Amino acid sequence: MSDLGPSGLPVPPPNPNLETQRFWDATAEGRLELPRCDSCGHVVWYPRERCDQCGSTSVTWFEASGRGTVYSCTVTRRIPGSWRAAAPFVLAYVELDEGPRVVTNIVGCDPETVHIGQAVQVVFDPTPDGPALLRFTPA
Amino acid sequence: MAASVPPVTIRGKALIAGVYEHPGRELPDRTLPQIHADVAAGALADAGLTLADVDAYYSAGDAPGFGALSMVEYLGLDCSYIDDTETGGSAYLVHAQHAAAAIAAGHVNVALITLAGKPRTGGAGPGGSARFSSAPEASFENQFGMSVSGGYALAAARHMHEFGTTSEQLAEVKVAASTHAQHNPHAFLQDVVTVDEVVSSPMISDPLHRLDCCVITDGGGALVLVSEAVAASLDRHCTPVLGTGTSIKHTSGGRIDLTHTGATRSGPLAFAEAGVTPADIDYVSIYDSFTITVLMTLEDLGFCAKGDGGRFVSDGALQSPGGVLPFNTDGGGLCNNHPANRGGMTKVVEAVRQLRGEAHAAVQVPDCELALAHGTGGSLATRMGSATLVLGRST
Ligand SMILES: [Zn+2]
Repeated sequence: MSDLGPSGLPVPPPNPNLETQRFWDATAEGRLELPRCDSCGHVVWYPRERCDQCGSTSVTWFEASGRGTVYSCTVTRRIPGSWRAAAPFVLAYVELDEGPRVVTNIVGCDPETVHIGQAVQVVFDPTPDGPALLRFTPA
Repeated sequence: MAASVPPVTIRGKALIAGVYEHPGRELPDRTLPQIHADVAAGALADAGLTLADVDAYYSAGDAPGFGALSMVEYLGLDCSYIDDTETGGSAYLVHAQHAAAAIAAGHVNVALITLAGKPRTGGAGPGGSARFSSAPEASFENQFGMSVSGGYALAAARHMHEFGTTSEQLAEVKVAASTHAQHNPHAFLQDVVTVDEVVSSPMISDPLHRLDCCVITDGGGALVLVSEAVAASLDRHCTPVLGTGTSIKHTSGGRIDLTHTGATRSGPLAFAEAGVTPADIDYVSIYDSFTITVLMTLEDLGFCAKGDGGRFVSDGALQSPGGVLPFNTDGGGLCNNHPANRGGMTKVVEAVRQLRGEAHAAVQVPDCELALAHGTGGSLATRMGSATLVLGRST
């Protein structure tokens, strides 16, 4: 079992690489940074140094709002392995105001109250290594 | 993108001569390579061929070691053509497509495709953890407790939100599968269940209940595809491959649409190549990792309009005999078998049984002339490999 973050959920450390180090470094400082394509303006997710829309390899990082809306959600009640003790918890896709839909958890509320269309705000759940996981709480 | 028939079609140029589904559902005393060998022997015997006749071998992520490199040696094959394409549970339909193309091109005479796994009795799962942890998306999806059922639940929840699909409608898929499984003596679950029993089974990940989920079984299966010349030399009635389609549907750079599957592309490709439409199909084998997988796939293949899947599967539509679209007459992954957590192989096997008239008499579709088999690998929640085969009556 990983340690638990302030959210009460496991905080398995991510595995940054040369393309994602900037993203993770920003989360450690409580900022959500995303890459935007210099050629077509597309906000790229998952973070990488290329645009999946136009093929450009030139992106510029910018600080995102951290605001979003629940696109889909589920209360996971039974799960094997290291997450067993964390159930029930909310697994979700949140659509960021900047466009990308990201896999995450909704925390800081009664899981039974989370619903599609709900406005949410990012919270940074620090992992033992420093980088933080993006989780969301009702706005 | 409009589907179009390729200038050189494989239509009818390759035939499925042998199929085999391992009868075991718990195989603690067999090794993974042994199960691959068991199902290879079964499918070759079904075709009336031997290992010495095989000149092409196909395996996916469930094959141990170096995949085809390891298994060709273990099985004692002499192959001039191999393919390790890995798309999860749909891989075996992709292999059938690739084998049909290689046969049509004259490169291959006898192609062997095998699947084996032991998720029930402790064998290692398919794929290496190192391979998955180094995926570029890994740290952006794997840190949040996404189980397989949790991921499919996200798709189901969004489908319900957009189209009003209900848990009772999803349950109809399981009910139909269970009515078929009662006739299959090898089925892991043989009891007929009701809609009420499905929706009152324990919630795993809202809105998916335990009985919305497939079984976990050991076992495997194999296919043998042959050229027209080889088919003509066999006593076995062979099943022509009429149309094939493959697609990968992914998160589209973070703009995933959870309400459709890759069948929106693989289906039209297969129908176009076969020169038929959904209305022509007599029987379907639809990968049923979860009830929602079937419902969305049926919509995406064009058996009903997008969003109408819930209404379509109600009132016994999927049951054989009598339903408008009999499906998974072996009981499918929901009741019968889901070897290695990969359901594509058994979908093809039951479709061939139907076209041969060798399904169980209680579920055999009368005059079954055209069947469709569809596989989904990966996850509805992220990225999936989808593959569709249209198969003709055995001749
Ligand atoms: Zn771009």
